[in-house]
Amino acid sequence: MQLWARQITAVLRLEMKKTFFSKRGWWIYCLAAMPVVITVLHWIVMSRIQSNGHRLGDDTIIFAGLFQLFYLRAVIFFGCMGIFSNLFRVEMLEKTLHYYFLTPMRRELLVIGKYLAGLSVALVLFVGSVALAFLTVARHFGSAWTDYLYHGPGMSQLGSYMLVAALACVGYGAVFLMCGLFFRNPMIPAAVVFVWENLNPFLPSVLKKISVIFYLRSLCPVEVPVPPPFSVMVIDADPTPIWLAVPGLLLLSMILLAYTAMSARQTEINYGE
Amino acid sequence: MSAQAPVQQSHESLISFANVSRFYGEVLGINKVNLTIPAGVTSLVGPNGSGKTTLMNLMTGLIRPTQGEIKVLGISPENPEQLCKVVGYCAQFDACPKGLTGHQFIYWFLRMHGYTPEECERKTATALQRVSMTAAAQRPVGAYSKGMRQRIKLAQSIAHEPQVLVLDEPLNGLDPMARAETIALFREWGQNGRHVIVSSHILHEVDQISDQVILLSQGYVVAEGEIKGVRDEVKEQPMQILVRCNDPRSLAARLFQQDHMVEAKISRDRRGLLLRTSDADSFYLLLNKVILESGLEVESVAPADDDVNSVYQYLIGGDGGAV
Repeated sequence: MQLWARQITAVLRLEMKKTFFSKRGWWIYCLAAMPVVITVLHWIVMSRIQSNGHRLGDDTIIFAGLFQLFYLRAVIFFGCMGIFSNLFRVEMLEKTLHYYFLTPMRRELLVIGKYLAGLSVALVLFVGSVALAFLTVARHFGSAWTDYLYHGPGMSQLGSYMLVAALACVGYGAVFLMCGLFFRNPMIPAAVVFVWENLNPFLPSVLKKISVIFYLRSLCPVEVPVPPPFSVMVIDADPTPIWLAVPGLLLLSMILLAYTAMSARQTEINYGE
Repeated sequence: MSAQAPVQQSHESLISFANVSRFYGEVLGINKVNLTIPAGVTSLVGPNGSGKTTLMNLMTGLIRPTQGEIKVLGISPENPEQLCKVVGYCAQFDACPKGLTGHQFIYWFLRMHGYTPEECERKTATALQRVSMTAAAQRPVGAYSKGMRQRIKLAQSIAHEPQVLVLDEPLNGLDPMARAETIALFREWGQNGRHVIVSSHILHEVDQISDQVILLSQGYVVAEGEIKGVRDEVKEQPMQILVRCNDPRSLAARLFQQDHMVEAKISRDRRGLLLRTSDADSFYLLLNKVILESGLEVESVAPADDDVNSVYQYLIGGDGGAV
């Protein structure tokens, strides 16, 4: 194995060891589990009550709403903030960053190693959570839901949701890794990004495109109808085709990562003493 | 220091600072430092805030100079990929990445160096053995005492067998036995032709450890070189010499016929004479002459103030013991 590959592997494994099962991350596990709890409760409640008006199609829309409004805007957003912004920030707070900086490893490799470690954790938690939530949301329909999954569009939708969740982790991960390196308090830039991402439906179409959520929404398999009075305020922009949205988001993430890596080279150990 | 080096050393075997300054905003870290540090044990001495840690952080690439150029064995600290192969740093920061045992702390550090897992295991075991931490290696670093943390940090800094070892207050928190072992380790490394750079508050230990000293005050290098050489250069302070003989009163009377004698004190046991002279070379010539002529029985003649503590007091002021 090449030297750089050995070094990245070492950082990745060390970070995974620190990031997975860390006590500090308990709220991220709760966040990831929350939508699954909601869908499981939905399954249990709907199994016990007979509702003639409730159809399988309604549940796919419910899940689309849950995914776009809760997963993308809250669970994955805040989860990635918790994971990625802490990769460097916590090292600064705990005065351990010099442990890494005293190794003959290119700082760019350190950034990549830490990012991959954060990404692995985020993918397992959030993509796993999305898959579980999707599989349970309409479980009470029994064989109809099984048919929908295996003979209908179910698996394709699940694949799309998992892809979007993974891309969200990639995109928000890059954003928050950068925030963690540049800002003493990453909450402030995170709040700015949060407001920007949530204002997205109400922004002019040109500004809409300067956000992660816009590309992610374009990739979602089921559209969520916007209820009045918000529907009046929402501005429609042409959805980005998948062949542009996926590489576009990956490219944006790579640019952010490259900038973070170059900045890490200039980073000094200053624990604020 | 370079002027006093007995053998001309190539640039690749020295640590050099050329007009290096470092400011933290408007606060001075170090200012216009010019240094050349040869192999051996070098101690950085100075009060808190004098710039010792800044100097160490600069030579290990953890911070960059505001101006000037630093080379460590010919390598710029701007190039950490090369620098960290030859430099080991036991920093003042006590923390270790959370959840790691002593063994893992060193093992993963070596893995990030790029060694294979087998090499890492071997080097980790050797480093742990050197600091007598093998028995405690499987315990989390967070549960270590201050002295154990100090030793595990030392093990980490020597694990990759660096040519330059930089140690910030390495003896802090160590018990007397561990201190003695650690000092022996420094001396061994220094004698093997490596650079060992130590900062310490405890000046009598600096005397034991060091081949040369760098005295710092308020960000400036006040003096550098072998301790005796530094003392010799402090011309304005008369040299103190302790002579133990059978008749110190008679010796004092004979010596005081010369102009360069400043002061003489007879010790309580009436066998010691502490002399202060402004010209040590003339004094020693005179002393030889007086002994031969008078037939005095002399037990010992030794400088009384060429230790770091005295030099420190002369140059920086205050009590060196409480730096």
